[in-house]
Amino acid sequence: MTNLADLSTRFMPNWCPGCGNLPLWLAFKNAAVNEGWDNTNTALVAGVGCHGHIVNFTKLTSFEGLHGRPVPVATGIKLANSRLNVFAFTGDGDCLGEGGNHFIHACRRNHNITIILHDNGLYALTTGQTSPVTSHGAKTKSTPFGNPDNPINPLVIAIASGATFVARGYATDTAQLTDLIIQANAHDGLSVVDVMQPCETFNKSLTHTFYQENTYYVDKKYDPTNKVKAFDKALEFGLKKIPLGIIYKENKPSYESQITHLQGAPLVDVPADKRDINALFASYL
Amino acid sequence: MIIMPRKNVFRLKIGGQAGQGVKSTGLTFAKFASRSGFQVYNYVEYPSLIRGGHNVMQINVSATGVTGPSKFTDFLVALNQDTVDKHAAELVPGAFVLFDSEAKTDTSKIIGGVNLLPVPLDKLAHDAGGKDLLINTVALGVLAGMLSGDLEVLIELAKQEYVDKPDVLKSDLAAINLGYQFALDNFSELSSPIFKLEKDKTRPMEKRLVLNGDEAVALGAISAGMQFAAIYPMSPISNILHTLAAHQLEYGYIYKQPEDEIAAINMAIGASYAGARSMTATSGGGFCLMTEGYGLAGMTETPLVIIEGMRAGPGTGFPTWSAQGDLQFVLHAHQDEFPRIVLAAGDVTEAFYMTMEAFYLADKYQTPVVVLIDKNICDDEESVPAFDISSYRVDRGKFTKELDPEYKRYQLNQNGISIRSVPGVGNFFIANSDEHDEKGYSNEETDNRNQQMTKRMKKLETCESEDMQQPLVFGPVDADLSIISWGSNKGSILQALKRFTNVNFLHIGWINPFPSEFVSKFLAKAKKSLLVECNYTSQLGTLIKEKTGFDIKEKALKFDGRPFFVEDIEDVIMSHLGLAEGEAR
Repeated sequence: MTNLADLSTRFMPNWCPGCGNLPLWLAFKNAAVNEGWDNTNTALVAGVGCHGHIVNFTKLTSFEGLHGRPVPVATGIKLANSRLNVFAFTGDGDCLGEGGNHFIHACRRNHNITIILHDNGLYALTTGQTSPVTSHGAKTKSTPFGNPDNPINPLVIAIASGATFVARGYATDTAQLTDLIIQANAHDGLSVVDVMQPCETFNKSLTHTFYQENTYYVDKKYDPTNKVKAFDKALEFGLKKIPLGIIYKENKPSYESQITHLQGAPLVDVPADKRDINALFASYL
Repeated sequence: MIIMPRKNVFRLKIGGQAGQGVKSTGLTFAKFASRSGFQVYNYVEYPSLIRGGHNVMQINVSATGVTGPSKFTDFLVALNQDTVDKHAAELVPGAFVLFDSEAKTDTSKIIGGVNLLPVPLDKLAHDAGGKDLLINTVALGVLAGMLSGDLEVLIELAKQEYVDKPDVLKSDLAAINLGYQFALDNFSELSSPIFKLEKDKTRPMEKRLVLNGDEAVALGAISAGMQFAAIYPMSPISNILHTLAAHQLEYGYIYKQPEDEIAAINMAIGASYAGARSMTATSGGGFCLMTEGYGLAGMTETPLVIIEGMRAGPGTGFPTWSAQGDLQFVLHAHQDEFPRIVLAAGDVTEAFYMTMEAFYLADKYQTPVVVLIDKNICDDEESVPAFDISSYRVDRGKFTKELDPEYKRYQLNQNGISIRSVPGVGNFFIANSDEHDEKGYSNEETDNRNQQMTKRMKKLETCESEDMQQPLVFGPVDADLSIISWGSNKGSILQALKRFTNVNFLHIGWINPFPSEFVSKFLAKAKKSLLVECNYTSQLGTLIKEKTGFDIKEKALKFDGRPFFVEDIEDVIMSHLGLAEGEAR
């Protein structure tokens, strides 16, 4: 059993007041308490960006890696120890800019890991430049005359690439986000939770107020297993038209479930030992 | 000083278009020779193409040992006109050229004194019940006949190759026999002075493996208990992954092909962090992409074995040609400083044992270990005595899976090595790419930075005193000329050294930490020192100067993608000894 206090480190978060990472962090910890995630069953990986600080405030064994690379590290951890719940925390710049290639291929391979995308619409740790999801025309420190680049849509990319659980949450609705994170981890396959996470310091358009006014939950009639409808839903983004909830879900064998010698015990349960390979040597005679 | 005559080495060359089976034929012949009691060294040249282009394989055969490629050819099997045109100049007087008698081969470039062996290769291949794919096999039969080889050995090889394909085997055996019989019927007079591939029944035959460096690395990794490998394909290391991929079910490790080299190294780091013995492999271009992960492994203190198979040229360069241009690169890649252990293998046998050693060092020092090999080692098969791993022990170093509430991943200590743990055992820690404190929390304080940096760098001193191995010295202690080199040059140098009584050779295998004291003493004693390297700026020479102060002025450098052939080394030795030998053949 995990208590909220068990997850505290000796550091308090150093995110800005009003930062969407704060409720996101709380939602994740609530999920951990609910599900009993602890240091015997869970590993966290983070990239670089404001999101990456989460490992310093969450007392779960973690790997803080390089900018853009949390997903391949998480993949390696899962392949080595498939018993672990593996979470890759990443940002919109980390995941879709520097790490775009890894994101696509991890989705394609359907690894049984959960990617939590801290999506604040720009680069915050480097004090406010455009990210791959920043809207066209937006004025930022790197685009003082307006952003000439068009944004990409992480949900569409995830579905098109083969992710089998694709959801969007809003950071401050911690109850729903907790539920999405729990479902994402329970899903056997690659899960992406795109979290609308306002940066009150640098992003003056994608604010808490904006999300509170313009998001809605997909209702019970929505069928997330229909891929074509899921694309339609994922493409919705605008005033009063930002869907939250599970956008796409598919039952498909995860990567790990297809690897013959990963069935049974995780790889690291068999200690590394010298192998007698005389039969293999003989094939070179 | 005495210059000895060349030992008897038979140099066969098979050439043809990419896709004509040159390599497989060469390898079969090499195994044929090895199983007949001879030692072999194969040297391959091929372009970065799948079909078309010119492929050649040289198979050097000797009863007394052969370790390097030659510039000359005693027997040329020409599967196309190109082979005759490109290699006619390498033929020595008395050499043989085997070609298809019905292919209108132009032999006008071939010098007098060379024996022509026209054989209806294509016709015999069809007679055998196969198509042109069997042309090579007919040629093998002719070779067996010409060299008085034991046909049973060749037949046994074919039986093993096609154990699951009885139809293919039948036509293969027919092709061997037709070629063999053709040689006996037509060339028996010509074949009397030729090298004989007869088993020497007077001495016991040592069984030897015939394999290349890529295969040796893969076998070394499997032997060492490797559990996870993520490798992106790239010449010249792809055969490492082919070998690993094929045997993962038998031995219970994972080979994963990632989306790129960045993913490769990060996956391997993730798996290692989770407790698996992990590796990756690449060539220089892929290592460019890996450099950030290289430092990440150093900073997070994650054990990792990286095989770097060097090829020539920046950019895409010379994809299928060899070089030794990455020594300074792997020593300096990544920003700032972290402890890296760098080893360089000199041949197939060293590639095997160094790979095993690299896993031991990575676990012990919790840091990346690079094993440099070059394309010649990757691709060239050698016959080597069976590997002996009886003394090897898998030691994961300071490592705990016990629950410790006070556990500190980066605890300060004297030798730089803290106790490592893994996720899933209850111990909380952060493997942190940010500068961190003992627990792993990000920390930017000066005292902590100084302590953690010093702790990490201390590992190299510990490694130097506890594990670093000294270079190897071959030849007499007292010599008129001392060669200093590394990597695959070793084979040609050793082969050349057999002809000189007054030349010795320092072969350097540990690059970082560097055996400065040993090298200094050697150079202080040397009457005349000569560096041999395959790069433009003499990167080992630069390192030696940095570490010892000795500036070796005499250099033989080569950067054209080709190896130092045995004769190149002989020529270099002669000229540095102030001698001139006439015909180098």
